[in-house]
Amino acid sequence: MSSPATEIDVQREPVISFGKKERQALIDPFSDNNPITVQVLGICSALAVTTQFQLALTMTAAVIAVLVCSNVIISLLRNLIPPNIRIIVMLSVIASLVIVVDQVLKAFVYDIAVQLSVFVGLIITNCIIMGRAEAFAMANRPWPSLLDGLGNGIGYGVILCIVAFFRELLGSGNLLGFEVVPAMAYDAGYVDMGLMVIAPGAFIILGLLIWAQRTWSGYTEEG
Amino acid sequence: MELLNAYLSLAAKSIFVENILLAYFLGMCSFLAVSKKVETALGLGVAVIFVLTITAPTNWMINYFLLQEGALSWIGSAFDTVDLTFLTFITFIAVIAAMVQLVEMVIDRFSPTLYNALGIFLPLIAVNCAILGSSLFLVERDYGFDESLVFGFSSGAGFALAIVSMAAIRTKLEYANIPAGLRGLGITMLMTGLMAIAFLTFAGIQL
Repeated sequence: MSSPATEIDVQREPVISFGKKERQALIDPFSDNNPITVQVLGICSALAVTTQFQLALTMTAAVIAVLVCSNVIISLLRNLIPPNIRIIVMLSVIASLVIVVDQVLKAFVYDIAVQLSVFVGLIITNCIIMGRAEAFAMANRPWPSLLDGLGNGIGYGVILCIVAFFRELLGSGNLLGFEVVPAMAYDAGYVDMGLMVIAPGAFIILGLLIWAQRTWSGYTEEG
Repeated sequence: MELLNAYLSLAAKSIFVENILLAYFLGMCSFLAVSKKVETALGLGVAVIFVLTITAPTNWMINYFLLQEGALSWIGSAFDTVDLTFLTFITFIAVIAAMVQLVEMVIDRFSPTLYNALGIFLPLIAVNCAILGSSLFLVERDYGFDESLVFGFSSGAGFALAIVSMAAIRTKLEYANIPAGLRGLGITMLMTGLMAIAFLTFAGIQL
């Protein structure tokens, strides 16, 4: 927005459009700008809820809901929020949304909510939500912010599901509660990898995943 | 004496066996971002111990006297059935943000040297999931006031231990020839995994 002419163009843009910029906001986080492997945001929950595929799916849905809503709300409020108290405003918007999500989870899928325990509450301090609010929603209009939230949520969910897929499959031989590894294999001496169910397995799977993703997308980091 | 033993046991459990970072993955973001140098890692570690020791008992009191079901009965019997549990998240995060601000001002007033050493880490702690996570854990596990004080301090100590050791390892790694895609985040993740395995050996220790 260097010249006044572009400023006017921006003003005339329809509220909902799907041009190159919007497509980028939606697609980029899937791989090239993935929130977990490239932006290094939201690692805590990515590791903790991935012992079972089902937990990862629920968590993904919860994070996408919070991320999209918070991005839209903060984008709508962006001109009203005084810069020096923006953190606390964002935190209260996010915390209120998380309370809603938590109550919904407890009402409809109580068993899963109990297993997720404190990690639903920890969506508040999930850096993805704060990070996108600060980096994108504060500077963009609601529609691109919505797409950015959706894109980052899905990018986060993809990684979560891949990690959970390997951890559940290798750790307990199940997927979504169904036995995948046949009983015959156990009879023949196959043993589940106990390491995958406990914490170190999560670190190692995610480390290898980051390696694979970065080699594929060609992103490197100094140091 | 028995009480002291119980406290020590809880402390050992939350520092080594159930390390908040290596077993519950809390505080990973700042762990990954600030573990490049030992001095800064130590600064963040001390700040986290400090804030956790204060916020854990504070949030315990908030929960016990305001939020729990029936907690408000000290006002009058009409409040016996009031349950404000659904406000837990927003109250805790507000308390944490306020406490961090307060701690920052107090340190600035009484010990400018410490204030300079902690630097930018103090404000960042408000959004560190280790802090909110511990507060939520102490509600979930029904700790008492004294236990939450011990739990807060030792969780912070566990975090500090993990981040300082990781910083020490990463300093050594600067001269290693690591595959391009694995540099930075990837190798740190793998090392954290190995560290978590090492900490598993503490499992079952009773004091």
